[in-house]
Amino acid sequence: MSTQTAALTSAAPAGLGGGGRSGWGAGSIRPVLIILVLLLIAVGIRQPDFYDPPVLLAFLKRAAPLIILAAGQYFVIVAGDFDLSVGSLVTAEVVIAARLIDGDPAATWPVIALLLGFGLLIGLVNGLVTTLLQVPSFITTLGMYLVLVGAVYTWTGGSPRGALSEEFRLFGRRGIDGVPVLGQLPYAVLVLAGVAVLAVLAMRSDFGKVLLAVGDNPRAARVTGARTARVRTIAFLASGVLAAVAAILLGGFGGVSFQVGQGLEFTAITAVVLGGVVLGGGRGSVAGAMLGALTLQTLLTLLNLLGVSGALSSAVQGLIILAAVAVGTLRRRT
Amino acid sequence: MNKRGWRLPQLDATNGVWPALAVALVVGGSLVALDGGSLFSESSTISLLQRAAGLGIVAVGQTIAILAGSLDLSVAYVISLTSLVAAETMAGSDGMVLPAIGAVLLVSAAIGLLNGLLITKLRINAFIATLGVGLLIKGYLEQGYAGPAGSVPTSFQHLGYDRVGPIPLSFLLFAAVAAAVWFTLRSTRYGHHLIATGGDLDVARLSGVRTDLVLIRTHVICSLCAGIAGLYLASRLGAGAPRVGAEGGYDLESIAAVVLGGTVLAGGRGGVAGTVGGVLLLAVIDAVFNQLEVDSFFKQMVRGVVIVAAVAVYALRLRRTSDQRKAAVA
Repeated sequence: MSTQTAALTSAAPAGLGGGGRSGWGAGSIRPVLIILVLLLIAVGIRQPDFYDPPVLLAFLKRAAPLIILAAGQYFVIVAGDFDLSVGSLVTAEVVIAARLIDGDPAATWPVIALLLGFGLLIGLVNGLVTTLLQVPSFITTLGMYLVLVGAVYTWTGGSPRGALSEEFRLFGRRGIDGVPVLGQLPYAVLVLAGVAVLAVLAMRSDFGKVLLAVGDNPRAARVTGARTARVRTIAFLASGVLAAVAAILLGGFGGVSFQVGQGLEFTAITAVVLGGVVLGGGRGSVAGAMLGALTLQTLLTLLNLLGVSGALSSAVQGLIILAAVAVGTLRRRT
Repeated sequence: MNKRGWRLPQLDATNGVWPALAVALVVGGSLVALDGGSLFSESSTISLLQRAAGLGIVAVGQTIAILAGSLDLSVAYVISLTSLVAAETMAGSDGMVLPAIGAVLLVSAAIGLLNGLLITKLRINAFIATLGVGLLIKGYLEQGYAGPAGSVPTSFQHLGYDRVGPIPLSFLLFAAVAAAVWFTLRSTRYGHHLIATGGDLDVARLSGVRTDLVLIRTHVICSLCAGIAGLYLASRLGAGAPRVGAEGGYDLESIAAVVLGGTVLAGGRGGVAGTVGGVLLLAVIDAVFNQLEVDSFFKQMVRGVVIVAAVAVYALRLRRTSDQRKAAVA
């Protein structure tokens, strides 16, 4: 009893500062916005036509999968969990799509439905194992990662088979032509906009508030009557289905390979943290997470423009992440 | 009256891995025997122990990082880097073996120090700090090396290939590292402070533990373990390999082995002995599947399921014992 009261009282002051959107505090998006603006200015100097609508849209199109993954990862992280399985899920989805479609245009829509369902299923398993069996999500999703990688290789016998149909690739590659001013409006950007709106609405709904409360102090949330297991499971479902969406877009840009999703889980987590979201849950906004992903993509573009080789770019990426997170936390203390 | 009389000894999370290991040995051994092979033949035992050694040394370091409530995702790149430092410093000459070992220990300790400082002084979450440091090393490796480099003299290859009776030298090295860390945790002030820090950072600090110092030391030791594993791999491969750590998945695998051994991911509870069991369990699963010539990817799936299942059982037992305690109090 006394521990419960303690949990509730300790949650109160933290709750007041939670989810703050302004200022420098934890969960604030101001630091990432400043970094983003600086990077965008640098990119603009280096590539003057970057701000032409078609170029900008092409950039957004490339950034869309990572931003969508970051949004999914945000739901999981803000509730205090991790999803390490998204990279392998993206790979699995693309490989499954190629094998099932096998160049047949008629199979496109059923397969897309199946992919979304598969994403939901993986999210459901992650969520149930984490909440009902009380396995830490780090371990649950690490196990899921091993299972998915193993399953994909076993199923395909070591190399991806089949091919994606042109209709499937449409989402990643093409767009609505003849839009005034913009030229072509890529489908990927439309999907991204849809996901962004839904994600922000979800976080403003009761679900979002409960999710933040669960991440901030699970025990307090449970004592006050929140269905913590349910919201955490829904967060995993969101992460799974958004990974499926990202995979559909990525399948359109690139080829079918086992490398499509490699390392994406860490990139997505990095993006979320860069956006001011605190690992361990309870702090940060989904807008921040998506801005973090955009910032990361802008950074990669800039490094590319500056001629920094792909090899060294991971070092620069590491440095910037450490610096950005360090500045964020130091600011919070003073 | 004595309800506990006929019960099996209570399995808490820290010793649950041993029955699992026994089951794996019996079931795996019989499966291999049915297949017409033997899990316990000399050659398969040797390769089993050898496989356990590399991961084991890293996992021992990871154990104390996790016990302290932290974790280290940079170990895979530290392994690659130190294998290169070792092989390039030695450059095939016997006289350079000791300087090379010194250089490896220095480099890995410096990386551990950096991890520790980022986590304690700049207050960066351990996940991000060690991921970022890992990316830095990865960039350096990818920029500087396209393939294996340096070479190791034959005298140093003894570490990777010699054995005492049926036990490989490398496994003895693993046992020595594990014993040293086990002793440190059990019998030194630092060890006790480490458990306290992992249990509750704020309480430890308020009780007068210099938690920053504890965390920095812990990360130095964890990186040193990765460096030792790098030395072993250099000796085994005969050269430094820029991708050996990442391809071996030593970062996530070592965390998996630690958790399989019953150490709680949140810190403060667990120990090195469990990790040794976890490493052996993973090695036995490996050996069984190799003997049965099962597809290596299927092996990975089974591994994933085993890890999650084991932790689920631990969580269940932990809940049951805490429920019993509550019932006893009421």
